Amino acid sequence: MNNYHWNWGIFFQTIQNGDVTYLTWIIQALGWTIAISLLAWVIALALGSLFGTLRTVPHRGLALLGHAWVEFFRNVPILMQLFIWYFVVPEMLPHDLSVWVKQMDPQISGFIFSVIALGLFTSARVAEQVRAGIQSLSRGQRAAGLAIGFTTFQTYRYVLLPMAFRIIIPPLTSEFMNAFKNSGVAYSVGVWELVFVSNQMVEETGGQVIESLIVPTILYIICSYTANRVMYFIEKRSRVPGLIVAK
Amino acid sequence: MFASLDFSIVLQAIPAILQGLLYSLELTVVAMVGGVILGTLLALCRLSSNAYLGFAAKVYVDLMRSIPLLMMILWFFLLVPLMTGVRMGPENSALITFTLFQAAFYSEIMRAGIQSIAKGQINAGFALGMTYSQTMANVILPQAFRNMLPVLLTQTFVLFQDTSLVYAVGARDLLWAAKTVGINNGRTVEMYIFVSLIYFVICFSLSMLVKYMNKRIAIIR
Repeated sequence: MNNYHWNWGIFFQTIQNGDVTYLTWIIQALGWTIAISLLAWVIALALGSLFGTLRTVPHRGLALLGHAWVEFFRNVPILMQLFIWYFVVPEMLPHDLSVWVKQMDPQISGFIFSVIALGLFTSARVAEQVRAGIQSLSRGQRAAGLAIGFTTFQTYRYVLLPMAFRIIIPPLTSEFMNAFKNSGVAYSVGVWELVFVSNQMVEETGGQVIESLIVPTILYIICSYTANRVMYFIEKRSRVPGLIVAK
Repeated sequence: MFASLDFSIVLQAIPAILQGLLYSLELTVVAMVGGVILGTLLALCRLSSNAYLGFAAKVYVDLMRSIPLLMMILWFFLLVPLMTGVRMGPENSALITFTLFQAAFYSEIMRAGIQSIAKGQINAGFALGMTYSQTMANVILPQAFRNMLPVLLTQTFVLFQDTSLVYAVGARDLLWAAKTVGINNGRTVEMYIFVSLIYFVICFSLSMLVKYMNKRIAIIR
């Protein structure tokens, strides 16, 4: 350790294959990381809510569909799923579409498949939370909705879901943070996000390991912390009066 | 589109796949056992009356939980040879990284488990003349452990999936085996489909086990 040559100046050197500095490159990488995580989170929230809700509806087929969705996307590691999307799915597409996908800029196709893979993977986890939230409500809530003449859809829309979502904000917060942490797998399909850039920096700078890794690590921590605070703010604003947490 | 697939490669690949799977499982088991032991110690530190010990454990756990595992794997793999001069190879490096990393997650589970035990249990231990450590070892921890078993297993389920991330440092796990055999034979599509199925079967069985235990333990409690 004593003969480690610190060199914080590397951040102002230009990268090997381009004309920006490493610092600029890291900031661009942060942009990719945030873009992947947020877009994936939007997909996860939308599909997770849909399939989580389906699991609780009084209809055998729909409930089974929701269940299948969750088991399908939850039981394969995210990196493996990304490989399936990136390497396998294009081969399965009709010929013209397949050629079009393969001719895309690898940055863009890697980015799109990372968003899809991370979005669907996270959606299965969100669906589990949504289901747990709906099932934690007392049975009377559903009965009350139906008793005042709501249809099943209206009962969900006006009674069950507004309650369930407010209850599950804390577990959703950790899933949101996980989306940021998992977005690093995009490096494996060549997206220039934080993990990719730090790996590349270690190589190109001839082993300035600490400098190359510490900045992306801190950026990750800041991202998760920000996600945590945003969710906490929403949680505070949407607390259900009368529950223990609301005081 | 499906006509060009040739799954005969799967049969040839079985020895390589088994070797990869064995490492993935080894990594899971080592990180689980090591993580639970270290995690329990961390939980005890956090709950101890010594403020410094509690603070140190909290910093460790919070730090580990806020850094992506992928970054941790890189840190450990690149930094340890620099600091100590020891080159241990990606496989061994991952074993240590995973144990240290998972300890933080298991410790939160164990802490919740210990805190869920009624206070009277500690008093009962003391009343019988046991010391603090005897009370913990013989009264509190066995109960905490049993109550938290489904959650510990759920964490192990996450851990098993995360083992695929050692791909980043080129450790020879299940995913690495699939990729290598696939590329060498020009059959990546078949290999990825096959290995996805292996992951699915293992994870699905594990999640069924967790569900079953949840039911049983809920009844006993």
